Amino acid sequence: MTVQGFAHRNYLNADYRFRSWLWTTDHKRIAILYMISITMFFFVGGAAAVLFRLELMTPRGDLTIAETYNRLFTLHGVIMVFFFLIPSIPAVLGNFLLPMMIGARDLAFPRLNLASWYIFMLGGVMAVGAIIAGGADTGWTFYTPYSSTYTNTNVILMALGVFVAGFSSILTGLNFIVTIHTMRAPGLTWFRLPLFVWAHYATSLIMVLGTPVIAITLLLVVLERGLGIPIFDPKMGGDPLLFQHLFWFYSHPAVYIMILPSMGVISEIVACFARNRVFGYKFIAFSSLAIAVIGFLVWGHHMFVSGQSVYAGMVFSFMSMLVAVPSAIKVFNWTATLHKGAVSLETPMLYALGFIGLFTLGGLTGLFLATLAIDVHVHDTYFVVAHFHYIMVGGAVMGYLGGIHFWWPKMTGRMYPEWWGRLSAGIIFIGFNLTFFPQFVLGYLGMPRRVHEYVEEFQVLNVMSSAGASILGVGYLIPLAYLIWSLRYGPLASANPWGATGLEWQTESPPTTFNFDKTPVVREEAYHYDTGLTEASHSHVL
Amino acid sequence: MSFHIVPRSTYFKVFAALVLLLVVTVLAAKVPLGVFNTPIALSIGLVKATLIVLYFMHVRYSPPLVRVFAAGGFLWLAIMFALTFSDVLTRH
Repeated sequence: MTVQGFAHRNYLNADYRFRSWLWTTDHKRIAILYMISITMFFFVGGAAAVLFRLELMTPRGDLTIAETYNRLFTLHGVIMVFFFLIPSIPAVLGNFLLPMMIGARDLAFPRLNLASWYIFMLGGVMAVGAIIAGGADTGWTFYTPYSSTYTNTNVILMALGVFVAGFSSILTGLNFIVTIHTMRAPGLTWFRLPLFVWAHYATSLIMVLGTPVIAITLLLVVLERGLGIPIFDPKMGGDPLLFQHLFWFYSHPAVYIMILPSMGVISEIVACFARNRVFGYKFIAFSSLAIAVIGFLVWGHHMFVSGQSVYAGMVFSFMSMLVAVPSAIKVFNWTATLHKGAVSLETPMLYALGFIGLFTLGGLTGLFLATLAIDVHVHDTYFVVAHFHYIMVGGAVMGYLGGIHFWWPKMTGRMYPEWWGRLSAGIIFIGFNLTFFPQFVLGYLGMPRRVHEYVEEFQVLNVMSSAGASILGVGYLIPLAYLIWSLRYGPLASANPWGATGLEWQTESPPTTFNFDKTPVVREEAYHYDTGLTEASHSHVL
Repeated sequence: MSFHIVPRSTYFKVFAALVLLLVVTVLAAKVPLGVFNTPIALSIGLVKATLIVLYFMHVRYSPPLVRVFAAGGFLWLAIMFALTFSDVLTRH
């Protein structure tokens, strides 16, 4: 097999020295640093999932004891939420693409961008340090007074790791907001922006407005635990529900930090592989903002059985129903975009279609949970676990993988092997559903979450779930293998292998360090696809 | 983009006002005003925060967009308080 090199100077071959990566202020290189980092965190969190899914193969606790099990699901939750899902699309695809999509040379604050990666890594090292020191057993939610008073595990270091990583998120959000406001190319008005950019704008608002709250909340836990300053402990006059209010004020919108960028990715992919203009562009754009705003008004639906007042429960229930509206608008509009489009089923499109189906299921089961009476029945059961995995994995991770495949040629200048891509997308879809659909049933039948033992009648569904998890694991390892393979052996990609619209496709693959030789001028709306144009999608390679 | 140069004397005046308000906070805490002690302390705190935002953080001299974002932060804080109190004040 011959390996062809790039003919042009680009951001990858501009400098090969190690320090040129560690000191880079190029948004594309920082995106790659993030991609490598979060991939490592993903497999750390995934390893914990492998262990507890193995444990759950049998009703008895014969692989781990309860304490170990608690540490495993805490590790899984903390790493996956704070060190994989939240940074995933914004810090990797957002960092890489946002400046190119708006015709800019870089983000508004390139050095701040690099600082955000170092801060993220510092937080990650602290969290991993806490894990190596024995881990924490509070769950990723750090509920008080257990976390602040009773547990003997490494809550302080773990919470401080999340606290530190939060600043990385704030800085990324700030950078994106300023960049979108001030660095758009001539002619690129707000309603010509790709929907990916709108989604990241909405996400950034949440990052900037919400993350400080989780940061200070976790710091309060540390202060109570470390110094005995009474805040949440009812024995000392504190209110443990105050913790839950503050925690979910951020952590519910954090779900939208995970899903909104994914929605932006899906808008790009669906339009491209349906060769159609996005149906209801403005509705999708504004629905992103609506989700960001309404998402801040719903947090109390996590607290229906906590002792929160019935009145507050009713308010939060109503608001939670409301947030389904902009989400549904997006799903309807993507579906309408497919209508009469020349649909082709390349790997990114398979992920996008998977996203639409799984997100819809996750969203609809969210309405179950937003309903006060049903939530009493299914609260803290596997129904909740299944629901949020349909959103976070079926939604966010599918979107991330779809986006990685879609922009892989742009990021690396190489095509990935399409057959393997389709195969792994299929395996992931099947493995995901086999893992998590049985959990809806388990939860509805009454199996509580966060237990390492269960009654025998739940075993068949648990074995199905663990079998699905092993398929899902294989599905995730295949892209890891072929994407690394493609870095050397993948065919060289053209500048625009998918025949897509958008400024990022007008520059070379991989782009030069400063993205564009001249500042591009935008003269048309986004997604000016001519329906029926299918030739381009069959000539991906140079 | 033009930057507004704030005279150093303005910073000192704001600093003096903050120190004065700090003294008022301490003195007010020593006067038994019943239920009014907390609202008075919070009101003084609000004035101090406003001074910091307007002068030390330059929002007074910033373009409208920056003011909108600064106001947005406080709006979100208000949302957090309002909905949390929708629980706290109606618990039985």
